[in-house]
Amino acid sequence: MPEEVHTGSIKQLIPEFIEKDPKEYSPELGELIERLTRRKILKPLIMVGLNTSGRIAGARRVFEAVTGYLKERDIDAEVAETGAIGLNSEEPVLSVQLPGRTRVLFINVTVDDVQVILDDVFHHTIPSEKLLGQIRDENMDAWQDVPFLDELAFFSRQRRILLKHNGIIDPLSIDAYIAHGGYRTFLRTIRYHTLEEICVMMEESGLRGRSGSGFLTGKKWMVAQQTPAEQKYLVCNAEESDPGAFMDRALMEGNPHQLIEGICIAAYAIGATKAYIYIRSEYNDSIRKLSAAIQAARDYGILGHNIFFSGFNLSISIRKGPGAFVCGEETALIASMEGKRGMPQSKPPYPAVRGFHKKPTIVNNVETLSNVPHIIANGPEWFRGIGTGECTGTKIFSVSGRARTRGLIEIPMGTSLEVLVQEIIGGSQSGHTLKAVHIGGPYGGILPANKLNIPVCYETFRRAGAVLGAGGILVLDEKTCVVDLVKYFMGFMKHQSCGKCIPCREGTKRMSELLDEITRKPLAEDQHDTLEKFRGLMQLEKLADVMRDTSLCGLGQLAANPLISALRHFREEFEEHIFDRHCKPNVCRELRTYYIDVELCTGCTVCAKRCPEDAIIGTERHPYFIVPDKCTGCGICKEVCKFSAVFYN
Amino acid sequence: MDRIDQILSDFQQVNRDALIPVLQAVQDEFGYLSGESLEKIGAHLRLPASKIYGLATFYSQFTFAPRGKYHIRVCNGTACHIDRSTSILKELNKQLGIVDGEATRDGMFSLEVVACMGACGQSPVIAINEEYYPKVRSSAIRGLLDDIRMKHS
Repeated sequence: MPEEVHTGSIKQLIPEFIEKDPKEYSPELGELIERLTRRKILKPLIMVGLNTSGRIAGARRVFEAVTGYLKERDIDAEVAETGAIGLNSEEPVLSVQLPGRTRVLFINVTVDDVQVILDDVFHHTIPSEKLLGQIRDENMDAWQDVPFLDELAFFSRQRRILLKHNGIIDPLSIDAYIAHGGYRTFLRTIRYHTLEEICVMMEESGLRGRSGSGFLTGKKWMVAQQTPAEQKYLVCNAEESDPGAFMDRALMEGNPHQLIEGICIAAYAIGATKAYIYIRSEYNDSIRKLSAAIQAARDYGILGHNIFFSGFNLSISIRKGPGAFVCGEETALIASMEGKRGMPQSKPPYPAVRGFHKKPTIVNNVETLSNVPHIIANGPEWFRGIGTGECTGTKIFSVSGRARTRGLIEIPMGTSLEVLVQEIIGGSQSGHTLKAVHIGGPYGGILPANKLNIPVCYETFRRAGAVLGAGGILVLDEKTCVVDLVKYFMGFMKHQSCGKCIPCREGTKRMSELLDEITRKPLAEDQHDTLEKFRGLMQLEKLADVMRDTSLCGLGQLAANPLISALRHFREEFEEHIFDRHCKPNVCRELRTYYIDVELCTGCTVCAKRCPEDAIIGTERHPYFIVPDKCTGCGICKEVCKFSAVFYN
Repeated sequence: MDRIDQILSDFQQVNRDALIPVLQAVQDEFGYLSGESLEKIGAHLRLPASKIYGLATFYSQFTFAPRGKYHIRVCNGTACHIDRSTSILKELNKQLGIVDGEATRDGMFSLEVVACMGACGQSPVIAINEEYYPKVRSSAIRGLLDDIRMKHS
């Protein structure tokens, strides 16, 4: 075996790779797999997580520092990029592996740390600073006094199936994916299984749509498969535009071939020869990696005409979504692909019967499709063994907000939300108290900190007033205002409503106005107005019912969800805003009342001149005074005061 | 041959499916969609320019005015929002004298609020062209802008 493993060296061995049992592989193939999976390396390997969020944290500079370090010292080592390991708040992540030893990961690495870390590791010691842990591998020598990743609180309760190779393998290397057993399932599927068998297996597995619909994926496939048509389509929905959801991006950036394999199997199962990936145009890095992955698969003959003499043809192309939240809905997505405005259509007919260009079309989300190779490879029983009876498999959550650790978490369905929030991500940031958790993005719901003991599942979440949605989790502490958050989501929905259904278009607007109203301090308001506001708020529940019953798509049906659940659990906070005109965490700027410290004010008149409401009165060279009823809380006086005399409570 | 004709000649398939990819290609080239380019696209795809304009305004990706030399994007995703991205935006509005979707008169800066940049672990985030600034504070904005202005004076 030569020193270097050339790219493409596994290509010739693919027939053996598919046909034989992995235990009976020839020594040549076995050795190659050892090398490509990095279980056996001949020179040091350094990997940097160059996913989008890592890049934003400065991973590119770390990568350059590593190459610079090696060049300067003339060290023969391999530097490669990888995806997100899931610790987004601790990026950039750097990992080092020496021949024969386990791989060690470092977090929060800066350019200056690179030299310290690499100096130590090349001298066979592991610096304790910035250290995360080592990856367990029985065939390699473990480092002394370095924790294993699976012992850390963040990883120990997770069950990583889809994210298994994220942040570990080079996403751009098809060889690495194949060496880890990739594409074997697809290539065996098209040889040994009929279309119906795959659909039945999927149905038996109980996999449900991961974008929030919760519909049985296998059932949907079966409909499309049994609808006769000369052309069928498979569309991968990668229009991940929920703010706070980034699991699909991580899957595409960290392991694009897993998704491509899922698409291949799904397309085969429904009898489609054309597949599309509809992806947000902002996802540059995902687009780059998927394009490279598709090209590599084509070069290997895994995509194209008559794939490995099976008679099955498949081409995958990428369509960039021009940016509309509503295009996450399948009929709107199809309209957008046809060059129209992304507006939902009434169903039925379902796209599985009549979709893109009026042909049977299956639209599946990235996470759903990434599950497919695992289900087919291990069988539906294996998949049903994970999770609960109603909800099988794992679910990936993306945690953001005021959490101690923010990132990606994959846990079996049925795990308690409390475990996720308290044990895995460690609750709120130190020094703060956990107030609530918002789940499911702009159409999700809020759950207070003491009501988190519910298992993760579509039905239990719905019963608790939250929505599983795409799996975005936002952690809130005492410094965040629930009313402001609801206002934010409603503003988002108002902006994203496509305008087709009047209840959604007008309803989101009305709700948004009302929330604006209660977070703003009117100049003159009597008791009557206050009560009117409160009545308006109470009537919102009725409005929410109308929107749910009469809107075509999920956007309108669920738009009021954050508000309804917030009213249910945090009613007192709304009342405080309405009656006391006070926002405890001081987030709602316009409710602030400013005061002038008489000790500090010199009477320079600057604030009085700049006040847009003429709310500041006084005489020159004597302390000034703010009339509370006139003050709108704009804060200009505080900004212009040179003596820091203006404050708010 | 005009640059726009060159782009259009790449799209031989003349049907409605090609409309969004054509608009994206034109915007990638020019940075925005001008009235003239919409008319040319319409003529090529045999669609009225009004329909194209109607479609383009529906989607957030398309802009109809040229961007500044430094295009500033402020993330207002959920995580950035609760980390007070609004005050960063306010500071930028104040410092530049422009609001979301506008450009300064000298063509130096333009401002855009985006839904989510996908770095929710690093919130709040802003980007100036392709340079990202994680965990940015509103008090640091002035210095950032001054640095850029210094480079050009």
